[in-house]
Amino acid sequence: MPSLGADMDAGTVVEWLVKPGDAVHRGDVVAVVDTSKAAIEVECFADGTIQAILVPTGAEVPVGTVLATITTADAPAAAPEVPEPAPVASVPVASVPSARPEPVPAPAHPADHYVLSPLVRRLAHDLGVDADAVPGTGPGGRVTRTDVQAAARSATAPVPAVRLRVSPYARRLAAELGVDLARVTPRRSDGTILPIHAVDVRAAAAAAVPVPDARAARQAATRTAIAALMSRSKREVPHYYLSTTVDLGTGVTWLRERNRDLPVTKRLVPAALLLKATALAARKVPELNGFWVDDAFRPATSVHLGVAVAIHGGGLVAPAIHDADRLPLEDLMAALRDLVSRARGGRLRGSEMSDPTLTVTNLGDQGVEAVFGVIYPPQVALVGFGKVVDRPHAVGGLIGVRPVVTLTLSADHRATDGWTGARFLNTVERLLQHPEEL
Amino acid sequence: MTTMTTDQLRATVRQALHAIVPDADVDTLDPGADLRDELGLDSLDFLAFVERLGETTGVRIEEDDYDRLDTLDACVGFLGARVA
Repeated sequence: MPSLGADMDAGTVVEWLVKPGDAVHRGDVVAVVDTSKAAIEVECFADGTIQAILVPTGAEVPVGTVLATITTADAPAAAPEVPEPAPVASVPVASVPSARPEPVPAPAHPADHYVLSPLVRRLAHDLGVDADAVPGTGPGGRVTRTDVQAAARSATAPVPAVRLRVSPYARRLAAELGVDLARVTPRRSDGTILPIHAVDVRAAAAAAVPVPDARAARQAATRTAIAALMSRSKREVPHYYLSTTVDLGTGVTWLRERNRDLPVTKRLVPAALLLKATALAARKVPELNGFWVDDAFRPATSVHLGVAVAIHGGGLVAPAIHDADRLPLEDLMAALRDLVSRARGGRLRGSEMSDPTLTVTNLGDQGVEAVFGVIYPPQVALVGFGKVVDRPHAVGGLIGVRPVVTLTLSADHRATDGWTGARFLNTVERLLQHPEEL
Repeated sequence: MTTMTTDQLRATVRQALHAIVPDADVDTLDPGADLRDELGLDSLDFLAFVERLGETTGVRIEEDDYDRLDTLDACVGFLGARVA
């Protein structure tokens, strides 16, 4: 059971995608594991043949438990438990939960009903199957991928029974109040069923006995996990904060011109420039790229840039773009789009969760100018980007209007001092003045 | 590219939005509501939306046009003038 985050104690295998006798290669997704926050696709780290599955689906086991054995060509019955995280990381930091002084509260597990894995839900959506109506054959009535595929095959014509029309606000309200939309009685007007609005949802909430809502349970569990991690970070990590305002005029102009000639699918957003500059700066100021473990800083050998992604409906994940410093800008952009899309669709991979060496949080789209975030232990820094805004700015002794962005650094004062942090931010700023070299 | 009617364009825009934000009920979306606010679209979502609209209507949308695509009605108007 891999450690898919510093806050993870245990996980549950939701689905096995291989069985004994299957050939596997390094990097193949072999199982889907449910943590309290999300369902993650777990990759295997060896080439070989699956020998035995030791942990069945539905069982919650601690991080470090051997899930399956793989026979490799050279060694008979090698039993690599899932990673020493990523061969590229210099230190297997993330899989040492005992280093933590306080136990993280156990993730809330819904007792009587399962939480439909986002992966399976997405598959159902893609196949046009109503996920909630599929009979589950997994443990505890879980709906598995195979169940969804069977349902899709057996469906004759796509017949929506009664198409539930719900306003976006009503849908959100229902999730917050724990109301099952299928049980809300819509109003009628002249025999026509009206779309469900917030008033209907509130009426149902007031009248009803609370109905188990899988999504609300998942959200509560996610919040608990985030709360534990952020509390731990603030308790243990002595944060210091730096901020600098960067003139992004050159970068924005360069982007605009470049985008005019690119197909829309390859269009770049300013965040790509900021991420690349941050990754390159992490190479030049390596004291901010690594982990604080056992009272010392362990520099990472690669730059795997974590990107904080807000999940629709609440929640936050910060999966890594691997080797972000080495990716050409257009590849970084494509990786960013793919990562964010998979983060929201619940299809992240184990290595993306366990590998970040430095994280970036971008709240520019939310319209705030600066964000001073909380470091994700055992990392030692968090970089923040705000919104790119037009501001009066001195250029060549004259006042002009330039697009500027506020970059911030939250850093672990055990690992670095302000001088190093300042050097890092200045490096990012300098790199952003030469976008063609990013 | 054949001319699309307003209704067809409206359906096209709704479908593009649905592809980007599957959880939202785009069918009951107020055509005058600000898309970014109502659906919580960030810059990557918006880019994917613009890309999808381009694929389905054949209209290339420039970055300078983004501000004009704030509501469903605005999108329909913008596209209607440009779909060949």
